[in-house]
Amino acid sequence: MTRWVMVADLRRCVGCQTCTAACKHANATPPGVQWRRVLDMEVGEYPEVKRVFVPVGCMHCADPPCMHVCPSTATRKRADGIVTIDYDLCIGCAYCAVACPYQARYKTDEARFAYGEPIASEAKRFDPGRLGVATKCTFCADRVDAGLAKGLKPGVDPEATPACVNSCIAQALHFGDIEDPQSNVSQLLAENHWFRMHEELGTDPGFYYLWDRKEAAA
Amino acid sequence: MSFGPNPWLQQHWDWRAACNFMFGGAGAGLVIAAALLEDSRAAIALGAGLALVGAGLACVWAEIGRKLRALHVFFNPFTSWMTRESFAAVVLFALGIAALATGAPLLRIAAAAAAAAFVFCQGMILFAAKGIPAWRRAEVVPLIVATGLAEGASAALIADPGPGVLALAAGALIARALAWARYRGALADRRAAAVLEPAGRALMQLGTVVALALLALSWAVPVAVWGVAAAAVAAGWRFKFVLIARAAFNQGFAIPIVPVRGARGEGGRP
Repeated sequence: MTRWVMVADLRRCVGCQTCTAACKHANATPPGVQWRRVLDMEVGEYPEVKRVFVPVGCMHCADPPCMHVCPSTATRKRADGIVTIDYDLCIGCAYCAVACPYQARYKTDEARFAYGEPIASEAKRFDPGRLGVATKCTFCADRVDAGLAKGLKPGVDPEATPACVNSCIAQALHFGDIEDPQSNVSQLLAENHWFRMHEELGTDPGFYYLWDRKEAAA
Repeated sequence: MSFGPNPWLQQHWDWRAACNFMFGGAGAGLVIAAALLEDSRAAIALGAGLALVGAGLACVWAEIGRKLRALHVFFNPFTSWMTRESFAAVVLFALGIAALATGAPLLRIAAAAAAAAFVFCQGMILFAAKGIPAWRRAEVVPLIVATGLAEGASAALIADPGPGVLALAAGALIARALAWARYRGALADRRAAAVLEPAGRALMQLGTVVALALLALSWAVPVAVWGVAAAAVAAGWRFKFVLIARAAFNQGFAIPIVPVRGARGEGGRP
Protein backbone atom coordinates (compact mmCIF):
# COMPACT_ATOMS: atom_id res chain seq x y z
CA MET A 1 0.00 0.00 0.00
CA THR A 2 0.95 3.61 -0.53
CA ARG A 3 0.15 6.61 1.63
CA TRP A 4 1.32 9.93 0.32
CA VAL A 5 2.25 12.35 3.08
CA MET A 6 3.98 15.67 3.36
CA VAL A 7 6.77 16.58 5.73
CA ALA A 8 7.60 20.17 6.69
CA ASP A 9 10.92 20.84 8.36
CA LEU A 10 10.12 23.76 10.65
CA ARG A 11 13.83 24.40 11.20
CA ARG A 12 14.24 25.19 7.52
CA CYS A 13 11.07 27.08 6.64
CA VAL A 14 11.79 30.82 6.31
CA GLY A 15 8.21 31.90 5.64
CA CYS A 16 8.93 33.13 2.12
CA GLN A 17 5.50 31.99 0.87
CA THR A 18 6.99 30.69 -2.36
CA CYS A 19 5.02 27.47 -1.83
CA THR A 20 1.86 29.55 -1.49
CA ALA A 21 2.60 31.33 -4.76
CA ALA A 22 3.55 28.09 -6.51
CA CYS A 23 0.30 26.48 -5.37
CA LYS A 24 -1.73 29.41 -6.64
CA HIS A 25 0.12 29.27 -9.93
CA ALA A 26 -0.29 25.50 -10.29
CA ASN A 27 -3.92 25.38 -9.24
CA ALA A 28 -5.22 28.76 -10.40
CA THR A 29 -6.93 29.50 -7.11
CA PRO A 30 -8.72 32.86 -6.86
CA PRO A 31 -7.72 35.72 -4.54
CA GLY A 32 -8.25 34.84 -0.88
CA VAL A 33 -8.00 31.11 -1.52
CA GLN A 34 -4.72 29.56 -0.43
CA TRP A 35 -4.64 25.81 -0.52
CA ARG A 36 -1.07 26.01 0.78
CA ARG A 37 -0.26 28.80 3.15
CA VAL A 38 2.46 29.52 5.66
CA LEU A 39 1.54 30.83 9.08
CA ASP A 40 3.77 33.35 10.78
CA MET A 41 3.37 32.31 14.41
CA GLU A 42 4.62 33.98 17.55
CA VAL A 43 5.14 31.48 20.33
CA GLY A 44 5.81 32.21 23.99
CA GLU A 45 5.70 35.35 26.08
CA TYR A 46 8.10 38.27 26.31
CA PRO A 47 11.05 38.02 26.60
CA GLU A 48 10.99 34.34 25.57
CA VAL A 49 9.23 34.83 22.26
CA LYS A 50 10.01 32.84 19.14
CA ARG A 51 8.83 33.19 15.58
CA VAL A 52 7.90 30.03 13.74
CA PHE A 53 6.79 29.64 10.14
CA VAL A 54 4.32 26.81 9.76
CA PRO A 55 3.10 25.56 6.37
CA VAL A 56 -0.52 24.42 6.59
CA GLY A 57 -3.26 23.18 4.31
CA CYS A 58 -5.27 20.02 3.89
CA MET A 59 -3.63 17.36 6.05
CA HIS A 60 -5.06 14.49 3.97
CA CYS A 61 -6.12 12.75 7.16
CA ALA A 62 -6.41 8.98 7.29
CA ASP A 63 -9.68 9.46 9.17
CA PRO A 64 -10.95 12.69 7.61
CA PRO A 65 -13.93 14.28 9.38
CA CYS A 66 -14.71 16.20 6.19
CA MET A 67 -15.36 12.94 4.36
CA HIS A 68 -17.57 11.49 7.08
CA VAL A 69 -19.85 14.52 7.25
CA CYS A 70 -20.11 15.11 3.48
CA PRO A 71 -23.75 14.41 2.55
CA SER A 72 -23.11 14.09 -1.18
CA THR A 73 -20.08 11.74 -1.09
CA ALA A 74 -18.18 14.43 -3.01
CA THR A 75 -15.31 14.15 -0.53
CA ARG A 76 -13.55 10.82 -0.73
CA LYS A 77 -10.24 9.29 0.22
CA ARG A 78 -8.23 7.48 -2.40
CA ALA A 79 -6.41 4.23 -1.68
CA ASP A 80 -3.15 6.20 -1.61
CA GLY A 81 -4.47 8.48 1.17
CA ILE A 82 -5.17 11.58 -0.91
CA VAL A 83 -8.48 13.19 0.08
CA THR A 84 -10.34 14.46 -2.97
CA ILE A 85 -13.43 16.52 -3.79
CA ASP A 86 -15.65 15.73 -6.76
CA TYR A 87 -16.75 19.20 -7.87
CA ASP A 88 -19.62 17.71 -9.87
CA LEU A 89 -21.13 16.06 -6.80
CA CYS A 90 -20.51 18.76 -4.19
CA ILE A 91 -23.57 20.81 -3.23
CA GLY A 92 -21.58 23.52 -1.46
CA CYS A 93 -23.19 23.03 1.95
CA ALA A 94 -19.81 23.76 3.62
CA TYR A 95 -20.40 21.10 6.26
CA CYS A 96 -16.92 19.78 5.44
CA ALA A 97 -15.49 23.25 6.03
CA VAL A 98 -16.82 23.41 9.59
CA ALA A 99 -15.82 19.80 10.20
CA CYS A 100 -12.19 20.35 9.18
CA PRO A 101 -10.03 21.19 12.22
CA TYR A 102 -7.34 22.60 9.93
CA GLN A 103 -9.38 25.32 8.21
CA ALA A 104 -8.22 23.88 4.93
CA ARG A 105 -11.41 24.21 2.91
CA TYR A 106 -12.72 27.12 0.91
CA LYS A 107 -15.98 27.91 -0.81
CA THR A 108 -16.11 30.68 -3.37
CA ASP A 109 -19.61 31.66 -4.44
CA GLU A 110 -18.69 34.11 -7.17
CA ALA A 111 -15.83 34.60 -9.57
CA ARG A 112 -13.01 36.72 -8.15
CA PHE A 113 -9.95 38.00 -9.93
CA ALA A 114 -6.83 39.76 -8.72
CA TYR A 115 -7.60 43.06 -10.46
CA GLY A 116 -11.37 42.92 -10.71
CA GLU A 117 -11.59 42.04 -14.38
CA PRO A 118 -9.75 38.80 -15.28
CA ILE A 119 -6.36 39.14 -16.86
CA ALA A 120 -5.58 36.83 -19.79
CA SER A 121 -4.16 33.97 -17.73
CA GLU A 122 -7.03 34.12 -15.24
CA ALA A 123 -9.61 34.12 -18.00
CA LYS A 124 -7.97 31.12 -19.64
CA ARG A 125 -7.77 29.07 -16.46
CA PHE A 126 -11.03 30.10 -14.83
CA ASP A 127 -13.10 27.05 -13.93
CA PRO A 128 -16.79 27.74 -13.26
CA GLY A 129 -17.07 24.22 -11.87
CA ARG A 130 -15.23 25.42 -8.78
CA LEU A 131 -17.81 28.06 -7.92
CA GLY A 132 -20.20 27.30 -5.08
CA VAL A 133 -18.40 24.13 -4.08
CA ALA A 134 -15.75 23.21 -1.52
CA THR A 135 -12.14 23.30 -2.68
CA LYS A 136 -8.85 22.46 -1.01
CA CYS A 137 -5.31 21.18 -1.55
CA THR A 138 -5.23 18.05 -3.68
CA PHE A 139 -1.57 17.17 -3.02
CA CYS A 140 -1.38 17.94 -6.76
CA ALA A 141 -2.94 14.53 -7.36
CA ASP A 142 -2.99 15.13 -11.11
CA ARG A 143 0.79 15.65 -11.14
CA VAL A 144 1.30 12.59 -8.92
CA ASP A 145 -0.88 10.41 -11.15
CA ALA A 146 0.65 11.66 -14.38
CA GLY A 147 4.13 11.16 -12.96
CA LEU A 148 3.38 7.64 -11.81
CA ALA A 149 2.00 6.83 -15.26
CA LYS A 150 5.38 7.84 -16.68
CA GLY A 151 7.23 5.68 -14.18
CA LEU A 152 8.40 8.64 -12.12
CA LYS A 153 8.69 8.71 -8.33
CA PRO A 154 6.59 11.33 -6.50
CA GLY A 155 8.69 13.27 -4.02
CA VAL A 156 11.86 12.53 -5.96
CA ASP A 157 11.05 13.46 -9.54
CA PRO A 158 9.79 17.05 -9.73
CA GLU A 159 7.37 16.24 -12.52
CA ALA A 160 5.53 13.87 -10.18
CA THR A 161 5.78 16.05 -7.06
CA PRO A 162 3.37 18.69 -5.68
CA ALA A 163 4.14 22.22 -6.83
CA CYS A 164 4.66 23.57 -3.31
CA VAL A 165 7.37 20.99 -2.60
CA ASN A 166 9.12 21.68 -5.89
CA SER A 167 9.17 25.39 -5.23
CA CYS A 168 10.46 25.38 -1.66
CA ILE A 169 13.67 27.40 -1.63
CA ALA A 170 14.85 25.93 1.67
CA GLN A 171 13.94 22.31 1.00
CA ALA A 172 11.66 22.48 3.99
CA LEU A 173 8.80 20.66 2.26
CA HIS A 174 9.02 17.01 1.30
CA PHE A 175 6.55 14.59 -0.23
CA GLY A 176 6.61 10.83 -0.38
CA ASP A 177 5.19 7.45 0.55
CA ILE A 178 5.23 6.87 4.29
CA GLU A 179 4.48 3.18 3.77
CA ASP A 180 7.81 2.74 2.00
CA PRO A 181 10.52 2.57 4.68
CA GLN A 182 13.13 3.63 2.13
CA SER A 183 11.26 6.71 0.96
CA ASN A 184 12.54 10.23 1.57
CA VAL A 185 9.77 11.00 4.04
CA SER A 186 10.21 7.75 5.98
CA GLN A 187 13.90 8.46 6.32
CA LEU A 188 13.27 12.00 7.49
CA LEU A 189 10.76 10.83 10.08
CA ALA A 190 13.15 8.15 11.29
CA GLU A 191 16.01 10.61 11.70
CA ASN A 192 14.10 13.48 13.27
CA HIS A 193 11.64 14.29 16.00
CA TRP A 194 8.26 15.23 14.60
CA PHE A 195 4.69 16.04 15.53
CA ARG A 196 1.40 16.38 13.75
CA MET A 197 -1.05 19.20 14.33
CA HIS A 198 -4.16 18.62 16.47
CA GLU A 199 -3.30 14.95 16.70
CA GLU A 200 -5.50 14.67 19.79
CA LEU A 201 -8.57 14.94 17.55
CA GLY A 202 -7.87 11.50 16.12
CA THR A 203 -7.83 12.48 12.46
CA ASP A 204 -4.47 10.81 11.76
CA PRO A 205 -3.20 13.68 9.60
CA GLY A 206 -0.79 13.02 6.74
CA PHE A 207 1.27 16.17 7.33
CA TYR A 208 4.32 15.86 9.60
CA TYR A 209 6.36 18.65 11.16
CA LEU A 210 10.04 18.08 11.95
CA TRP A 211 11.41 20.05 14.89
CA ASP A 212 14.82 18.53 15.82
CA ARG A 213 17.36 15.86 14.95
CA LYS A 214 16.98 12.69 16.97
CA GLU A 215 20.58 12.18 17.99
CA ALA A 216 20.88 15.78 19.17
CA ALA A 217 17.93 15.49 21.51
CA ALA A 218 19.07 12.16 22.98
CA MET B 1 -10.78 35.91 7.19
CA SER B 2 -7.71 35.80 9.42
CA PHE B 3 -4.81 33.66 8.39
CA GLY B 4 -3.19 33.85 11.80
CA PRO B 5 -2.89 30.95 14.18
CA ASN B 6 -5.63 32.01 16.59
CA PRO B 7 -9.15 30.66 16.15
CA TRP B 8 -11.58 32.91 14.34
CA LEU B 9 -15.34 32.83 13.86
CA GLN B 10 -16.29 30.40 11.14
CA GLN B 11 -17.76 32.17 8.12
CA HIS B 12 -19.26 29.19 6.32
CA TRP B 13 -22.57 28.84 8.15
CA ASP B 14 -24.45 32.10 8.70
CA TRP B 15 -27.97 33.05 9.79
CA ARG B 16 -29.47 30.78 7.14
CA ALA B 17 -27.92 27.70 8.72
CA ALA B 18 -28.87 29.03 12.15
CA CYS B 19 -32.49 29.33 10.99
CA ASN B 20 -32.52 25.65 10.13
CA PHE B 21 -31.71 24.85 13.74
CA MET B 22 -34.09 27.50 15.09
CA PHE B 23 -37.10 26.73 12.90
CA GLY B 24 -36.37 23.04 12.50
CA GLY B 25 -36.00 22.43 16.22
CA ALA B 26 -39.16 24.34 17.15
CA GLY B 27 -41.06 22.72 14.29
CA ALA B 28 -40.01 19.24 15.34
CA GLY B 29 -41.03 20.06 18.92
CA LEU B 30 -44.45 21.16 17.70
CA VAL B 31 -44.94 17.93 15.76
CA ILE B 32 -43.94 15.92 18.84
CA ALA B 33 -46.36 17.91 21.01
CA ALA B 34 -49.11 17.44 18.42
CA ALA B 35 -49.15 13.73 19.24
CA LEU B 36 -50.54 14.67 22.66
CA LEU B 37 -53.28 16.99 21.41
CA GLU B 38 -56.93 16.40 20.61
CA ASP B 39 -57.67 15.74 16.96
CA SER B 40 -59.14 19.14 16.20
CA ARG B 41 -56.25 21.02 17.83
CA ALA B 42 -53.51 18.69 16.66
CA ALA B 43 -53.86 19.76 13.05
CA ILE B 44 -52.91 23.33 13.94
CA ALA B 45 -49.77 22.29 15.81
CA LEU B 46 -48.86 19.69 13.21
CA GLY B 47 -49.32 22.09 10.32
CA ALA B 48 -47.34 24.83 12.05
CA GLY B 49 -44.61 22.36 12.93
CA LEU B 50 -44.25 21.13 9.36
CA ALA B 51 -44.25 24.70 8.08
CA LEU B 52 -41.44 25.63 10.47
CA VAL B 53 -39.36 22.59 9.54
CA GLY B 54 -39.92 23.43 5.88
CA ALA B 55 -38.90 27.05 6.46
CA GLY B 56 -35.70 25.91 8.15
CA LEU B 57 -34.84 23.59 5.28
CA ALA B 58 -35.60 26.37 2.80
CA CYS B 59 -33.14 28.61 4.63
CA VAL B 60 -30.38 26.01 4.45
CA TRP B 61 -31.19 25.42 0.78
CA ALA B 62 -30.68 29.15 0.25
CA GLU B 63 -27.19 28.81 1.72
CA ILE B 64 -25.82 25.94 -0.33
CA GLY B 65 -23.62 26.84 -3.25
CA ARG B 66 -25.18 24.53 -5.83
CA LYS B 67 -28.92 24.75 -5.32
CA LEU B 68 -29.91 22.59 -8.28
CA ARG B 69 -27.89 19.71 -6.84
CA ALA B 70 -29.76 19.75 -3.54
CA LEU B 71 -30.89 16.16 -3.98
CA HIS B 72 -27.25 15.04 -3.68
CA VAL B 73 -27.75 15.57 0.04
CA PHE B 74 -29.28 12.08 0.15
CA PHE B 75 -26.14 10.32 -1.11
CA ASN B 76 -24.35 9.51 2.15
CA PRO B 77 -26.61 7.97 4.80
CA PHE B 78 -23.74 5.76 5.93
CA THR B 79 -21.79 8.45 7.79
CA SER B 80 -23.33 11.89 7.25
CA TRP B 81 -25.81 13.22 9.78
CA MET B 82 -26.87 15.85 7.26
CA THR B 83 -28.03 13.08 4.95
CA ARG B 84 -29.78 11.37 7.84
CA GLU B 85 -31.48 14.63 8.78
CA SER B 86 -32.72 14.91 5.19
CA PHE B 87 -34.14 11.39 5.25
CA ALA B 88 -35.79 12.10 8.61
CA ALA B 89 -37.33 15.23 7.08
CA VAL B 90 -38.74 13.27 4.14
CA VAL B 91 -40.30 10.71 6.49
CA LEU B 92 -41.54 13.50 8.75
CA PHE B 93 -43.28 15.30 5.89
CA ALA B 94 -44.76 12.11 4.48
CA LEU B 95 -46.20 11.04 7.83
CA GLY B 96 -47.17 14.57 8.85
CA ILE B 97 -49.07 15.30 5.65
CA ALA B 98 -50.75 11.88 5.85
CA ALA B 99 -51.72 12.63 9.45
CA LEU B 100 -53.13 16.01 8.44
CA ALA B 101 -55.07 14.43 5.59
CA THR B 102 -56.51 11.54 7.56
CA GLY B 103 -56.49 12.81 11.14
CA ALA B 104 -55.31 9.38 12.26
CA PRO B 105 -53.74 9.56 15.75
CA LEU B 106 -51.32 6.74 14.96
CA LEU B 107 -49.91 8.70 12.04
CA ARG B 108 -49.43 11.68 14.35
CA ILE B 109 -47.46 9.49 16.74
CA ALA B 110 -45.36 8.16 13.87
CA ALA B 111 -44.75 11.74 12.68
CA ALA B 112 -43.68 12.65 16.22
CA ALA B 113 -41.12 9.83 16.14
CA ALA B 114 -39.79 11.14 12.82
CA ALA B 115 -39.64 14.64 14.30
CA ALA B 116 -37.66 13.32 17.24
CA ALA B 117 -35.25 11.66 14.81
CA PHE B 118 -35.00 14.91 12.85
CA VAL B 119 -34.05 17.05 15.85
CA PHE B 120 -31.66 14.36 17.09
CA CYS B 121 -29.93 14.47 13.70
CA GLN B 122 -29.59 18.24 14.09
CA GLY B 123 -27.77 17.73 17.36
CA MET B 124 -25.53 15.11 15.79
CA ILE B 125 -24.73 17.43 12.86
CA LEU B 126 -23.13 19.82 15.32
CA PHE B 127 -21.45 17.05 17.30
CA ALA B 128 -19.79 15.69 14.14
CA ALA B 129 -18.33 19.09 13.20
CA LYS B 130 -14.86 18.49 14.59
CA GLY B 131 -13.57 21.84 13.42
CA ILE B 132 -15.69 23.81 15.89
CA PRO B 133 -14.81 23.17 19.55
CA ALA B 134 -18.10 24.63 20.79
CA TRP B 135 -20.09 22.19 18.67
CA ARG B 136 -18.17 18.95 18.91
CA ARG B 137 -19.07 18.32 22.56
CA ALA B 138 -21.39 15.38 23.16
CA GLU B 139 -23.37 17.61 25.50
CA VAL B 140 -24.59 19.64 22.53
CA VAL B 141 -26.88 16.81 21.39
CA PRO B 142 -29.25 16.77 24.40
CA LEU B 143 -29.11 20.57 24.44
CA ILE B 144 -30.33 20.82 20.83
CA VAL B 145 -33.00 18.15 21.36
CA ALA B 146 -34.27 19.67 24.61
CA THR B 147 -34.27 23.18 23.13
CA GLY B 148 -36.37 22.10 20.15
CA LEU B 149 -38.78 20.21 22.37
CA ALA B 150 -39.10 23.11 24.82
CA GLU B 151 -39.85 25.57 22.02
CA GLY B 152 -42.33 23.29 20.27
CA ALA B 153 -44.18 22.15 23.37
CA SER B 154 -44.45 25.72 24.66
CA ALA B 155 -45.78 26.91 21.32
CA ALA B 156 -48.25 24.01 21.24
CA LEU B 157 -49.84 25.38 24.43
CA ILE B 158 -51.41 28.06 22.26
CA ALA B 159 -53.25 25.39 20.28
CA ASP B 160 -54.32 23.42 23.33
CA PRO B 161 -53.18 24.05 26.91
CA GLY B 162 -54.23 20.58 28.00
CA PRO B 163 -52.54 18.72 30.89
CA GLY B 164 -50.47 16.52 28.59
CA VAL B 165 -48.88 19.40 26.71
CA LEU B 166 -48.52 21.40 29.93
CA ALA B 167 -46.55 18.57 31.49
CA LEU B 168 -44.47 18.14 28.32
CA ALA B 169 -43.68 21.86 28.15
CA ALA B 170 -42.75 22.05 31.83
CA GLY B 171 -40.55 18.97 31.56
CA ALA B 172 -38.88 20.19 28.36
CA LEU B 173 -38.19 23.65 29.81
CA ILE B 174 -36.52 22.09 32.84
CA ALA B 175 -34.64 19.59 30.66
CA ARG B 176 -33.38 22.44 28.47
CA ALA B 177 -32.08 24.32 31.49
CA LEU B 178 -30.32 21.21 32.76
CA ALA B 179 -28.87 20.49 29.31
CA TRP B 180 -27.52 24.04 29.09
CA ALA B 181 -25.96 23.78 32.55
CA ARG B 182 -24.32 20.49 31.58
CA TYR B 183 -23.08 21.85 28.26
CA ARG B 184 -21.82 25.05 29.87
CA GLY B 185 -19.87 23.07 32.44
CA ALA B 186 -18.20 20.99 29.74
CA LEU B 187 -17.39 23.83 27.34
CA ALA B 188 -13.63 24.35 27.27
CA ASP B 189 -13.56 27.04 24.56
CA ARG B 190 -13.43 30.23 26.65
CA ARG B 191 -14.17 32.61 23.80
CA ALA B 192 -17.24 30.64 22.80
CA ALA B 193 -18.30 30.41 26.44
CA ALA B 194 -18.05 34.20 26.82
CA VAL B 195 -20.15 34.79 23.70
CA LEU B 196 -22.71 32.19 24.72
CA GLU B 197 -23.04 33.40 28.30
CA PRO B 198 -25.62 36.19 27.73
CA ALA B 199 -27.76 33.94 25.55
CA GLY B 200 -27.43 31.16 28.12
CA ARG B 201 -28.43 33.53 30.90
CA ALA B 202 -31.51 34.50 28.92
CA LEU B 203 -32.23 30.82 28.37
CA MET B 204 -32.27 30.32 32.14
CA GLN B 205 -34.01 33.53 33.19
CA LEU B 206 -36.47 34.26 30.40
CA GLY B 207 -36.67 30.83 28.83
CA THR B 208 -36.93 28.86 32.05
CA VAL B 209 -37.83 30.90 35.14
CA VAL B 210 -40.20 33.35 33.45
CA ALA B 211 -41.64 30.69 31.15
CA LEU B 212 -42.32 28.30 34.07
CA ALA B 213 -43.84 31.12 36.13
CA LEU B 214 -46.16 32.00 33.27
CA LEU B 215 -46.93 28.32 32.86
CA ALA B 216 -48.09 28.18 36.47
CA LEU B 217 -50.03 31.40 35.98
CA SER B 218 -51.81 29.96 32.97
CA TRP B 219 -53.89 27.72 35.29
CA ALA B 220 -55.60 30.90 36.46
CA VAL B 221 -55.05 33.13 33.44
CA PRO B 222 -55.20 31.00 30.26
CA VAL B 223 -53.91 33.79 28.04
CA ALA B 224 -50.55 33.48 29.82
CA VAL B 225 -49.72 30.53 27.54
CA TRP B 226 -48.91 33.10 24.86
CA GLY B 227 -46.26 34.46 27.18
CA VAL B 228 -44.91 30.97 27.83
CA ALA B 229 -44.56 30.35 24.11
CA ALA B 230 -42.99 33.74 23.44
CA ALA B 231 -40.47 33.43 26.29
CA ALA B 232 -39.50 29.83 25.50
CA VAL B 233 -39.18 30.37 21.76
CA ALA B 234 -37.42 33.73 21.92
CA ALA B 235 -34.82 32.50 24.42
CA GLY B 236 -34.29 29.25 22.52
CA TRP B 237 -33.98 30.84 19.09
CA ARG B 238 -31.60 33.49 20.35
CA PHE B 239 -29.45 30.84 21.97
CA LYS B 240 -29.27 28.70 18.83
CA PHE B 241 -28.53 31.70 16.63
CA VAL B 242 -25.61 32.64 18.87
CA LEU B 243 -24.39 29.04 19.02
CA ILE B 244 -24.34 28.67 15.23
CA ALA B 245 -23.45 32.13 14.00
CA ARG B 246 -21.66 33.92 16.83
CA ALA B 247 -19.91 31.40 19.08
CA ALA B 248 -18.61 29.02 16.42
CA PHE B 249 -14.89 29.73 16.65
CA ASN B 250 -12.82 27.28 14.69
CA GLN B 251 -9.93 25.17 15.94
CA GLY B 252 -7.21 27.57 14.91
CA PHE B 253 -3.62 26.40 14.59
CA ALA B 254 -1.21 25.33 17.27
CA ILE B 255 2.20 23.74 17.48
CA PRO B 256 3.03 21.75 20.61
CA ILE B 257 6.78 22.11 20.13
CA VAL B 258 9.03 24.91 18.90
CA PRO B 259 11.64 23.86 16.32
CA VAL B 260 15.27 23.79 17.38
CA ARG B 261 17.17 26.37 15.36
CA GLY B 262 20.72 27.60 15.74
CA ALA B 263 22.24 26.85 19.13
CA ARG B 264 21.22 23.58 20.77
CA GLY B 265 18.58 23.64 23.42
CA GLU B 266 16.65 26.66 22.21
CA GLY B 267 13.68 24.66 20.97
CA GLY B 268 11.19 22.53 22.78
CA ARG B 269 7.79 22.95 24.25
CA PRO B 270 6.58 26.54 24.24
